[in-house]
Amino acid sequence: MSAEVETLEQPQELVIDKPSEPLFSKRRKKFVTDPLNDDNPITVQVLGICSALAVTVKMEPTLIMSIAVIFVIVFANLIISLLRNLVPNRVRIIVQLAVIATLVTLVSEVLKAYYYPMYKILGAFVGLIITNCIVMGRLEAFAMGNKPWDSILDGLGSGMGYAWIILTVAFFRELLGSGSVFDFKVFEAVGLANFPTNALFVDSIGAFVILGILIWVQRSKTGYVEH
Amino acid sequence: MELLSLGIKSVFIENMVFAYFLGMCSFLAVSKKVSTAVGLGAAVVFVLGITVPTNWLLQEYILKEGALSWMGAQFAGVDLSFLQFIMFIAIIAAMVQLVEMVIEKVSPALYGTLGIFLPLIAVNCAILGSSLFMVQRDYTVAEATVFGVGSGMGFAMAIIALAAIREKLKYSNVPDGLKGLGLTMLITGLMGIAFKSFIGIAI
Repeated sequence: MSAEVETLEQPQELVIDKPSEPLFSKRRKKFVTDPLNDDNPITVQVLGICSALAVTVKMEPTLIMSIAVIFVIVFANLIISLLRNLVPNRVRIIVQLAVIATLVTLVSEVLKAYYYPMYKILGAFVGLIITNCIVMGRLEAFAMGNKPWDSILDGLGSGMGYAWIILTVAFFRELLGSGSVFDFKVFEAVGLANFPTNALFVDSIGAFVILGILIWVQRSKTGYVEH
Repeated sequence: MELLSLGIKSVFIENMVFAYFLGMCSFLAVSKKVSTAVGLGAAVVFVLGITVPTNWLLQEYILKEGALSWMGAQFAGVDLSFLQFIMFIAIIAAMVQLVEMVIEKVSPALYGTLGIFLPLIAVNCAILGSSLFMVQRDYTVAEATVFGVGSGMGFAMAIIALAAIREKLKYSNVPDGLKGLGLTMLITGLMGIAFKSFIGIAI
């Protein structure tokens, strides 16, 4: 009798005793750190380039854009991950687009209400977060098959990977094109008021060239070669 | 005449790719071979030519502030423009699906070439971007149609040109880190400089 009880209870105890995975275990940390460098969404996976280049003329709109994208990707990942077992496979793209479009509308309305000048500057590009392939890509590749907390971390990682690249591009474009950083006139401050600025960097061409060089430098460091 | 001028402008001067960076993802991903680039280019022209006027109708008669007044006086004050993103993307996704089904039925040969690209187009930012620009710039329906087709042709031209250059580049000796995306970005920059020479052309 007693033996029977033991065998019945043992598996249960095993489940209870098994320590749950810590909130920031090694495996989970990788979700955040990988997209920053080795698996960067822009420079390695070639996703989300459209919006990456369009808003990077100045640092400030770029920062706002980064925050907006991180917000959208984290929450879209969370929502899709919660819904992943309820969504039939055939209509998943529409569901994903609906979730993203709702979140982007939210961002756009908040921006319109509290920061109207920036809403004017970003214009159509806030709406274009909907078609940012990073968001769709993460939903499709990660959130559809993973638990909510993992998905949040993954979204955060990808968003940050995107953010640091576009902030770097914006830094060089604003410095060389307008001679300032966050609208602070750097060259005037150090006594080089006549430092020539290069209009090519305000233009789209500067963005292509800077991103190309950035990719070159990063890939030379990580040793990633595309075939 | 003004329409012609707008068409030229949207193909060359305000090129979707070089001036606004729209559709960059597929621009970079599908430009390895000329034949596939031609297929994608044709599909984009087609879908843009349909969705931009459709979204214009949607904006003008449903979404804009006071647009619902045709339903009766009590709807005159309704402003649905906050639904713009969701409605536009739904129209684009639906239109792409519809176009895919029609092509499959009417011309299996064309479907064979365009087929795989059509789903990709639903998330191509050039499509949604054109609709949003169309709203921002207050085009009329004729202008919207010309703008849609024109920007599609601009995109097609850019992607075909890049694919041709990349086919030749296969035989060059490129530093390892620059292979692929890095070099493509630099070339796009150079092509952008070439397109800058169209600035100022007016008919």
